[in-house]
Amino acid sequence: MAIAGTIFGRLLKAALTLLAIAVLNFFLIHAAPGDPAVVLAGEAGAADEQMIADLRAQFGLDQPLYVQLYRYVGNILTLDLGYSFRQGAPVLDLILERLPATLILTLTAFWISLLAGVALGVAASARVGKFTDSLITGTALLFYATPLYWAALMAVLVFSVQLGWLPGFGYETVGSGYGGFDRAIDILKHLILPALTLGLFFMAVYMRMTRASMLEVAQQDFVKTARAKGLAPSVIRRRHILRNALLPVVTLAGLQAGQLVGGAVLTETVFAWPGIGRLMFESLAARDYNTILGVFLVSALMVIIFNIITDIVYRLIDPRIGQKA
Amino acid sequence: MSVLSITDMSIALPSGADRPFAVKDCTYEIAKGEILCVVGESGSGKSMTANALMGLLPEGVTVAKGTAEFGGKDILQVSEIEQRALRGDRIAMIFQEPMTALNPLMRIGDQIAEVFEAHKRHTPSERKARALDLVREVGLPDPEKIIRAYPFQLSGGQRQRAMIAMSLALEPELLIADEPTTALDVTTQAQILKLILDLRERRGMAVMFITHDFGVVAEIADRVIVMRHGEIVERGTATEVLENPQHDYTKRLLEAIPTGLVPQSVAVEKAPALEVRHLKKTYHTGGGLFRPRRDVRAIDDVSLTIAKGEVLGLVGESGSGKSTLGRAVVRLVTPDAGEILVGGTDMAALSESDLRAARHKVQMVFQDPYASLNPRQRVMRALTDGPMAKGVPKDAARARARELMETVGLGAEAVDRFPHEFSGGQRQRIGIARALAMDPELIIADEAVSALDVSIQAQVLDLLRDLRRQFDLSILFITHDLRVAAQLCDRIAVMQRGQLVEIGPVSDVFLNPQHEYTQKLLAAVPGGGWGKAAE
Amino acid sequence: MSLWSRFATNRAAVIGLIVLIAVIIIALLAPVMFPKGPWAMVQRPFLAPFDTDGLPLGTDTLGRNVLAGLIYGARVSLLVGLVSTVMALLIGVPLGAVAGFYGGWVDEIAMRFTEFFQTIPNFALAIVLVAILEPSLTSITISIAIVSWPPVARLVRAEVMSVTRREYVDAARLAGLSNLHILTRQVLPNTVSPIIVMASLMVATAILLESSLSFLGLGDPNIMSWGYQIGAARTVIRSAWWLSFFPGVAIVLTVLALNLIGEGLNDALNPHLTRKGKS
Repeated sequence: MAIAGTIFGRLLKAALTLLAIAVLNFFLIHAAPGDPAVVLAGEAGAADEQMIADLRAQFGLDQPLYVQLYRYVGNILTLDLGYSFRQGAPVLDLILERLPATLILTLTAFWISLLAGVALGVAASARVGKFTDSLITGTALLFYATPLYWAALMAVLVFSVQLGWLPGFGYETVGSGYGGFDRAIDILKHLILPALTLGLFFMAVYMRMTRASMLEVAQQDFVKTARAKGLAPSVIRRRHILRNALLPVVTLAGLQAGQLVGGAVLTETVFAWPGIGRLMFESLAARDYNTILGVFLVSALMVIIFNIITDIVYRLIDPRIGQKA
Repeated sequence: MSVLSITDMSIALPSGADRPFAVKDCTYEIAKGEILCVVGESGSGKSMTANALMGLLPEGVTVAKGTAEFGGKDILQVSEIEQRALRGDRIAMIFQEPMTALNPLMRIGDQIAEVFEAHKRHTPSERKARALDLVREVGLPDPEKIIRAYPFQLSGGQRQRAMIAMSLALEPELLIADEPTTALDVTTQAQILKLILDLRERRGMAVMFITHDFGVVAEIADRVIVMRHGEIVERGTATEVLENPQHDYTKRLLEAIPTGLVPQSVAVEKAPALEVRHLKKTYHTGGGLFRPRRDVRAIDDVSLTIAKGEVLGLVGESGSGKSTLGRAVVRLVTPDAGEILVGGTDMAALSESDLRAARHKVQMVFQDPYASLNPRQRVMRALTDGPMAKGVPKDAARARARELMETVGLGAEAVDRFPHEFSGGQRQRIGIARALAMDPELIIADEAVSALDVSIQAQVLDLLRDLRRQFDLSILFITHDLRVAAQLCDRIAVMQRGQLVEIGPVSDVFLNPQHEYTQKLLAAVPGGGWGKAAE
Repeated sequence: MSLWSRFATNRAAVIGLIVLIAVIIIALLAPVMFPKGPWAMVQRPFLAPFDTDGLPLGTDTLGRNVLAGLIYGARVSLLVGLVSTVMALLIGVPLGAVAGFYGGWVDEIAMRFTEFFQTIPNFALAIVLVAILEPSLTSITISIAIVSWPPVARLVRAEVMSVTRREYVDAARLAGLSNLHILTRQVLPNTVSPIIVMASLMVATAILLESSLSFLGLGDPNIMSWGYQIGAARTVIRSAWWLSFFPGVAIVLTVLALNLIGEGLNDALNPHLTRKGKS
């Protein structure tokens, strides 16, 4: 009951957020230097006069601003993200075609970074002040300071160019004719480097949070109670400390989702991964604003969905939320 | 036959601490079925002994020497694994803060059953059944529901009962209770004390009860040890120590708690310093889109007056609305309805700007000595900001600040120091000086001595008594501690769930309480015996 | 113990400070060391590092001195990092302070607004902003500030809320002081420490963001930056690894130094937290 209410509340909020982003997009188009129709059509030359005139009519660019806003937001809410004159296809189609690749990449990177980050954080906190702790914390600090795209480039250089272990380019081997299981393995091989390098920074973030949170929870009274019961240290760490320490990590994971989706633009660019991030990069060079804004909107939508999921997860872990006695 | 016998134990603090030993050369024993109270103020080292016995000393703190014989072994020397086997099984412990001592994410039943699991007793289903029995034994209502509840769904007293159930699980020979009732309201405290006495009776276990409160000692102790700065200064049976203390320190602690005489009310002028009429304040909680709104009547139609030069004690348990009333009088809380007349001005009706000009009429002395002074400002600023905002010239305000610091016994030079250079009791003195600097018509003291150790408490109360005489102060003295109220106040008002249930002269209220709740409250005061003076 | 001596007990933080000072000095001296600027073509392209006198890090695809680019790049990184952080603080601190101090509907509105900006994937927003406003040093700095302020607002709000609940603030109200006076003199000074710590970490994040934007080709076309160097060399990574390697090392070192300083400041400014860990 409480959870149903929560989900409904969150969906309402999500819809409002999306609406606000649509409005933001609209004003961004108008903030861009030049004629909005030209802006939407992409760099001059991509669209002919007729197309631009059509655009004017479609968006009502001769009408007052609020009418334009109304039409634009209406279009977006009916999932009409406009047309990419550069690519010669509706923006929504372009995005939907590329979305699965991005989802595979970001979700893999997310799970790798979360699991590895939490595991390392727990390991470091268990040996706080010792060599293992210094090693883990030091490495995390290094990853935390490393630009995503540079880590990706260096990984390509070492593991692909020098060692030749893994492919450093693309989503699958082009023209291999693989099918079924072989194809899955092939994609997996292509996925390893992008997912790892995208996850590296976030792993450092989760590790630091987990470590700090474990150490803080370990100081709390109920841990002393658990020790006073005569429980073994490993049980105390798992059942009492870790479960409580994970709460802030879940919150952080939700907040970091946006960063992860944004980071995918860089990773996909380096690895020529055919996702929406790569689409955004290509559109940047082509000044295809309509596509850029479309990708922006969809990535915001991904973050919103992700936030709703973390919210629900949080409520499932923490009995205190949403059902006060 | 003694269950535990401690010989010559010293516990060393890490270097850089304020003294080398938390506990020094302590020797004592606890017999089977006996309740030993270890009494001391904060920093006396009383809890460290308990932690050492449980093998739960904080990092850096070590047992320097001595033995603690329990069940034929020196438990200070046994391995960590042996110690773990003892904990929760033969020695159990309960703590001060029931709010934080339970894992917030685990059901109560599971947390109790965990004790059996830790010592590999019984099957999982048996563990559950036994947890239920224990919950029943400690008198928790609706046991089936409680074992499935999470800690946040229980009140403080219920949580402490759950903790006790947990500690009883394996029928320990020794129960160590570290200030288990300090965080509880007085009526709840009385129930928990009774529960511990009952359980001792039924189970015959020894109890080491650590407390700072001689009232509690009078209620439950068989024997008493008084500790100060890590050393035992006095020991004996409860009667010996309470009625015929030998050491000066014990005497002072006992004097600080009046268990006998109720002071006679001072006759006061009729002119009121404060008149509260039909004051109301309701808090709304929840009330989101999908949650039902809940109303809490913090102040429910309260009327009272304080005469010029009178000290009115406002007592009640947590959640009674006494603090809200105090904050409403100074308009830190805006009431929903009613009047607050201070010298003819209705504070409740003033606009923001008029209010700022009238603020000086009522001043407040706060509870927490560590939060009531801005850590980044010198005392001088704290004492002169207000007067200067009210229009007093800078030089006059500064001179007055020095004078007031003299008055509260800290010396004029102390104005140039920062708050962190003062102790808790000294900070409360500064807080009092700050209130006086505004020349208020009324002072609200909101639990002003509650955070202090008993001996410091007595000094601050003495100061308030002196100042009252010197400046003819009118004070609304808010406290949860009836014993403190009795020492200072002329009249007492009792609040319960937002309502004023009884108001009258101190001697009437204490010796002849009319309302049922007042009677209950007085009966719950540990080491009570208020009636002695009358008979 | 003074602030400095507490900071100095953290060896890593001191090393970080030394590295940062070195980077600042090098950045300031850039015009003296390379009067011709970073764009001058000095030799033939693709000279490997450590081979040629006067070109220790080799030349790039157009025969420009990689070392010169690196040193001029430091100027951009530090400038953008610093200015965008100051701008983010100018947005976040007042907003968070007002929200936390006044509470109620003011807080509600301010926090919804902040939450909205936090939901938007911030790197994607930065890309969109720079792309639409046309890449320039100003648009990059503004964009980074716009995506960086929400955590500041949240932190300041939480701190202000906690300080405002303290009794000395009640005492200040009872002294008849105005809200503005209480907020600026009693409350905000007691929230400075965590803001300083966050600001030092934000400079690091801003440097990473700037380099990422430049890497994607969204840098100011007239200014040499580390991200641009790496982005321009991306396609030739197989033949000329050093072109992307050295600027990356520069970024890592600078960002690492700032993070270490941030942690050192945190330990020095919030001694109670450190103590808690030890007891």
